[in-house]
Amino acid sequence: MTEVPVLAAHGLSKSFGAVRALQDVSLTLHAGEAHALAGENGAGKSTLIKILAGVHRPDTGQLLLDDAPVAFHGPADARDAGIAVIYQEPTLFPDLSIAENIFMGRQPRRTLRRIDRSAVRDATAALMRRLGVDLDPGRPARGLSIADQQIVEIAKALSFDARVLIMDEPTAALTGSETARLFAVVEALRAEGAAVLFISHRLAEVFRLCRRVTTLRDGRRVATDEVEALTEDDLVRRMVGRDLDELYPKQEAELGGTALSVRRLTREGVFHDVSFDVRRGEIVALAGLVGAGRSEVVQAAFGVDTPDAGEVHVAGRPLRRGSPTAAMDAGVALVPEDRRQRGLVMEMSIERNIGLTGLGRLGSAGLVQRTLERGRAADWAARLRLKYGRLTDDVGVLSGGNQQKVVLAKWLATEPTVLIVDEPTRGIDVGTKAEVHRLLSELAAGGLAVLMVSSDLPEVLGMADRVLVMHEGRLVAEIPRAEATEESVMTAATGRGTGEAAA
Amino acid sequence: MKSLGTYLRWDTAVGILLIAVFLAGTSSTDGFASSGNLSAALNDTAEIALIALPMTLLVVAGQVDLSVASMLGLSSALAGSLWDAGYAFELIVPLCLLAGAAGGLLNGWLVTRVGLPPLAVTIGTLTLYRGLASVVLGDKAVAGFPDDYARWAAATETVPGTFVPYPIALFAVLAVLAAVLLHMTGFGRSLYAIGAQEEAARFAGIRVRRVKLALFVVSGLMASFAGIVYTLRYGSARADNGLGLELVVIASVLLGGVDFNGGKGTLGGAVAGVLLIGLLNNLLTLNDVANEIRVIVTGLLLIASVLTPRAVSAVAERRNRRLAASP
Ligand SMILES: Nc1ncnc2c1ncn2[C@@H]1O[C@H](COP(=O)(O)OP(=O)(O)OP(=O)(O)O)[C@@H](O)[C@H]1O
Ligand SMILES: [Mg+2]
Repeated sequence: MTEVPVLAAHGLSKSFGAVRALQDVSLTLHAGEAHALAGENGAGKSTLIKILAGVHRPDTGQLLLDDAPVAFHGPADARDAGIAVIYQEPTLFPDLSIAENIFMGRQPRRTLRRIDRSAVRDATAALMRRLGVDLDPGRPARGLSIADQQIVEIAKALSFDARVLIMDEPTAALTGSETARLFAVVEALRAEGAAVLFISHRLAEVFRLCRRVTTLRDGRRVATDEVEALTEDDLVRRMVGRDLDELYPKQEAELGGTALSVRRLTREGVFHDVSFDVRRGEIVALAGLVGAGRSEVVQAAFGVDTPDAGEVHVAGRPLRRGSPTAAMDAGVALVPEDRRQRGLVMEMSIERNIGLTGLGRLGSAGLVQRTLERGRAADWAARLRLKYGRLTDDVGVLSGGNQQKVVLAKWLATEPTVLIVDEPTRGIDVGTKAEVHRLLSELAAGGLAVLMVSSDLPEVLGMADRVLVMHEGRLVAEIPRAEATEESVMTAATGRGTGEAAA
Repeated sequence: MKSLGTYLRWDTAVGILLIAVFLAGTSSTDGFASSGNLSAALNDTAEIALIALPMTLLVVAGQVDLSVASMLGLSSALAGSLWDAGYAFELIVPLCLLAGAAGGLLNGWLVTRVGLPPLAVTIGTLTLYRGLASVVLGDKAVAGFPDDYARWAAATETVPGTFVPYPIALFAVLAVLAAVLLHMTGFGRSLYAIGAQEEAARFAGIRVRRVKLALFVVSGLMASFAGIVYTLRYGSARADNGLGLELVVIASVLLGGVDFNGGKGTLGGAVAGVLLIGLLNNLLTLNDVANEIRVIVTGLLLIASVLTPRAVSAVAERRNRRLAASP
């Protein structure tokens, strides 16, 4: 390639205290190119992106914009240079509306510098149409699902006339149809000459969207390849340095009695009349499009939201409505979707986060025994192959995927009998994903009832004994493993099903 | 080289500052280190110190109670009017404590059930409880409380063999209990979680509302007890006793490194903050420094306590970058 790259990085290094997140990494982005960044959790992908975005300053190395050296002193500099970034974790202002979030600080003005609200709304509505989603520009960001937050972030990035579009796991919480829309939009931008840098742990997406891929391992660049010349296995080998075991190691499990029974659960305007059972040993997936109400149903079942009607039974006993503590006492665990707000206390150490769900069990008479607390954390950190410095480090400094592992650890440590997981592998790399799947499968084989909300269709098909599909707040289909295909699930999820409602 | 911040936590720094002030006072001011003066200096902080304990727990959990000084006044007024009416002091104490618990319950209820922010709620009850105190006692002053109790609270009576007055001895015991509660129990862990990320605490099955309610009740209880100590120490029950004391309590706690945003801080730090402000006040008084100046010194200390940790981490960040850049 002879033309001048739009954006190039040379020999970037960055350390956080003792952690060397990046060492001597180089990267070039050309106009009209979609470039993928691959690597395990904690490999340094987000760190690299934050340097390109002006969030972090590199310890060494240089950035070149159109072949001229630049130094970004903050995200505003990078933005002014035409670099739009979608960060891994949405960073919306909860009290501002979707439209205000998108046009933050650069609202169209009318005379006397008054903000032109209707112009802002219209522009936002146009963006939403382009992404094919149905979000009201005027509603506040508070309470949006992770997927919706992600979509707002995407809309925000698209609203700039970006020359370089950087996306850190934008699809992690999206289902196939939203992803397809996003890709169509990105593809159009790319065709107009924008450079795209894309991160995803879903390798199929890398192959679909990108032409080149740069792989990082332990903060170093391993290779930059043409995607055409690679197989998925090649890419995995570059990332993890070895061959991968089976991604969906689903074991046959002996199904036991009903562990979780949800009866006619309703929250006005959110979901209606949802009933289903999960048996011991069974993995049941709850599929559907973003906004179908899946997370809301499991949150009501666990008791963090209070349903308006309906009941939840665990092992035949009714649960007190709206009480997570009661649910936990009955052996239910919920791994929530939003790890930053709900899954973790970011300013608290790894070990304390993991201990938080077992405060009563870490010693006697309400006391917390440090050794038990640490043991619980160390045990699960090892089982989930957590990449960390010390267990006393704040959980906030971990990479996204490693934070997700801490949320899993925190809940698996409660030794639940009913495990509800909402996007359990969101942001987790392929190697660990296989590990998490193996773990879920083993636990199910040991009699655990698993209810899994997942937007990752292969994961749903690969892991579930039964797939429940929701559409616009209602359960519209129940598909046994043998009949579950991409087709059948998507047909039901988009509401094109034959109307054979589940029991 | 590592930054100062990696070796020295803010609460430890306050502890060291406390010792420095003590040593400076000893060498510069005659009579400062005498056991009589130390007893007096300590006893002067008794109410602040007692109220600071539940206040620390509240602030760690991201809450605050501004009504404490008014509750102290209400308790004092109640004690005065009941004593005036001839009730036995042994009955008056539990009644005052009951009023304190009820006041705390009201604060907690408004925060957890009605969902109002603690700052707004307790600014309201700050006015309410002070108003009630005036209703109860008017602008009277009641004196003549039983000698035995008055002696218990006086700086001149100390735990045998020490210079520690009884209210401070009680405070020491309670401080140890509070430290154990905050740093070594599941309850303490949940306070940090609530303060740092309430939503995550709720999702972890912590009974957030119940915990907050309990904290407000304990805060009210302690404030009313401090009201009794105050009344006995000064031998006078008045409706305006302890006016403005809540600010000194909160200043001390923040000075000790407890983060007003919640989720951070230690009980040891808060205690060091209380003692530091107490000693400084005593020292300045002994040196005939005007009251206004004393207030200004406290204010400056408070600002320094908020600024310094930030400055330290900013400097550390810059140095890290420079170090990493040079091979
Ligand atoms: N602010 C920080 N302070 C300390 N360490 C950090 C910080 N940010 C990142 N790290 C560390 O740097 C390393 C690389 O993190 P990074 O977030 O770049 O990984 P990643 O490749 O994006 O991983 P993931 O796929 O999990 O998102 C990790 O070990 C992480 O713990
Ligand atoms: Mg990342």
